[in-house]
Amino acid sequence: MSDRKIDKETGVETTGHNWDGIEELNNPLPRWWLWTFYITIIWAIGYTIAYPAWPMISGATAGVMGYSTRAEVTEAIAAHEERNVDLVASLNQGDLNVIEAGSDLHRYATARGGAVFRAQCSQCHGAGAAGATGYPNLLDDAWLWGDYDATLASAGESIFMDNCAACHGEDARGNRMLGAPNLSDEIWLYGGDRDTLEYTVRNARFGVMPAWGQRLSEEDVRAVSIYVHALGGGE
Amino acid sequence: MDYVKLALLGVVTLVAAIATNWARDLAFQVHAVLIMLIAGGMFVWVLRGIGEPAMKPVPNDVYHDGIIRAGVIATAFWGIAGFLVGTFIAFQLAFPALNFDWGQPFTNFGRLRPLHTSAVIFAFGGNALIATSFYVVQRTSAARLWGGNLGWFVFWGYQLFIVLAATGYVLGSTQSKEYAEPEWYVDIWLTIVWLAYLAVFMGTIFKRRERHIYVANWFFLAFIVTVAMLHVVNNLSVPVSIWGSKSVQVFSGVQDAMTQWWYGHNAVGFFLTAGFLGMMYYFVPKQAGRPIYSYKLSIIHFWALIFLYIWAGPHHLHYTALPDWASTLGMVFSIVLWMPSWGGMINGLMTLQGAWDKLRTDPILRMFVLSLGFYGMSTFEGPMMSIRAVNSLSHYTDWTIGHVHSGALGWNGMITFACLYFLTPRLWGRAQMYSIRAISWHFWLATLGIVLYAASMWVTGIMEGLMWREVDDQGFLVNSFADTVSAKFPMYVVRGLGGVLFLSGALVMVWNMFMTIRGADPATATVPHAQPAE
Repeated sequence: MSDRKIDKETGVETTGHNWDGIEELNNPLPRWWLWTFYITIIWAIGYTIAYPAWPMISGATAGVMGYSTRAEVTEAIAAHEERNVDLVASLNQGDLNVIEAGSDLHRYATARGGAVFRAQCSQCHGAGAAGATGYPNLLDDAWLWGDYDATLASAGESIFMDNCAACHGEDARGNRMLGAPNLSDEIWLYGGDRDTLEYTVRNARFGVMPAWGQRLSEEDVRAVSIYVHALGGGE
Repeated sequence: MDYVKLALLGVVTLVAAIATNWARDLAFQVHAVLIMLIAGGMFVWVLRGIGEPAMKPVPNDVYHDGIIRAGVIATAFWGIAGFLVGTFIAFQLAFPALNFDWGQPFTNFGRLRPLHTSAVIFAFGGNALIATSFYVVQRTSAARLWGGNLGWFVFWGYQLFIVLAATGYVLGSTQSKEYAEPEWYVDIWLTIVWLAYLAVFMGTIFKRRERHIYVANWFFLAFIVTVAMLHVVNNLSVPVSIWGSKSVQVFSGVQDAMTQWWYGHNAVGFFLTAGFLGMMYYFVPKQAGRPIYSYKLSIIHFWALIFLYIWAGPHHLHYTALPDWASTLGMVFSIVLWMPSWGGMINGLMTLQGAWDKLRTDPILRMFVLSLGFYGMSTFEGPMMSIRAVNSLSHYTDWTIGHVHSGALGWNGMITFACLYFLTPRLWGRAQMYSIRAISWHFWLATLGIVLYAASMWVTGIMEGLMWREVDDQGFLVNSFADTVSAKFPMYVVRGLGGVLFLSGALVMVWNMFMTIRGADPATATVPHAQPAE
């Protein structure tokens, strides 16, 4: 077995093994390979001293840098919150209707509301808020739970006849058999002003839209109400 | 012996018939019918063979190549199936209408995606590994495969596993673990087949007529043993009913996630890396006609790779419920793994020392070299992506998909194609492949396909990661998820086209293999006999 010989092409000795015609050269480990390997090992030891790494009997080594992923994200969030602390305080007080367009607070509320909208509302109402089947368009200033506009109303007449009259009746007087409300009596279950819209966002109607009051912060609810209201032109 | 077989097959047929009747869900019922038909068919076949004279035992120096021929065909077949589904689901992502309302729920992306991953990794890759390992272990041990027909059991048992897994996904049976989707009874079947595989492989090594065990066989053995362990532990579960496919995992929460990615990462490490390095260590020196570059390097990088890979799984769970210490260790082991992984590439590429000129004339050797290039690239990219800071950008994005495919198409795909081109003429006794030009065409189609795939996924992956984390000066997110989806559309089309090119290359290969096997010229080579090397 051990018939070592010199390979003609490279001048390197073989190990003398041969399997199905395959031989092996007795080259040493490439220097650069070995040293890079050593360096990664040394780095690994240093890194595991610096960062949380080795499991012990209860818990694990915390690392001398005091790093943790949770602390990192908490810090990043706290930094933003600190910067905006005054704006958040004023957003939480008073009537949304008195927040002046163009003010710092209005800019902040719109940005925050936009972020909430993209993360929570866009799945149903669309990234551009134009709505989809079963989900209202929020851009047209025609609000399901408030608003009356004579021009829009007449434009909607044929749509009403095609879609709504089946239950609410052609004269919109409703139908008790179906529990469809009378829409012609100016008696509204919900109002159509800004506050009502805010209530809609918070609590939903018929449970069609989930209630956000428990899931979003107070600021988020107020901010997204302002944002969505402005989308439709700000009735 | 035949009567034991008959009794066993009869019982299996009967139980499968009862299972068909009592099945709690569609997937289980279809599988029970399938098993009943197969076991029943074999029962009749064995019954008809009773009393026939026993076949003469084959002498130990004749290689058992029938299984390998079947394995070569199965590899090509499952490869085409897997690439086809992959290309289709790539276009589903670009054009969701291709989910087809009329085909719901069967044609849904969610059901076809595991069909694709299992078809390419386990059906295409697995058959390639079984076939080449049986070829290599016989030649480098100068011995016929141990266990007689047990080798055939491994082959057909594995095909049955693939069919059960694939039909199960489409019919909605899954345990929702990535790369370990098959349910409990399919897992048990695979365990039986895999232990038989281990026995055949070990048996052949035990009866070898060479003093030393060749390095390719160390890698194959490490692959078989470790995959058995990973498979059993990750699939520990309790069936809800023995007449239904649903089961409940024994681990829960973050322990379950950690077990899953310990398995998932080492499926890459031992199935797609160690196993394929075994292929590399035999076929590259054979095709180049040169000795392996360094025996020392092969020992050191083998043990370093085997030791380090198993710890790297937690890097799949950075910034999750997994404790920071586990995440750090996963990252550190991944980075130390860089050089041991590259040891295989160096040993492969440097084996061409003194034979580089062959690259100009030999497209098969060119495929081997390209596969080693992609291997080196993805084993650098992997450790880099495991770094926590890089991972915070890359995780959950298409960058990961691009990384996986540059490894899977570039390394596993290319080396398997090269091995099929190496094996086909030798196994069917032809002088060479039917068309050498067609191999060059395959080479360029596949290469272009991989480049389109990887490049488009880098672009969308990094773009997507940056869009997700973009916040304005007040700390609010700038983009919605749907914004990132629509921004990725053009690159999704490019990725699909890359898939079309890769698939076309594979179709050229299948045509070439078919023409070679059919053979314009009659078989010339003689049946190879096992001769221990000097």
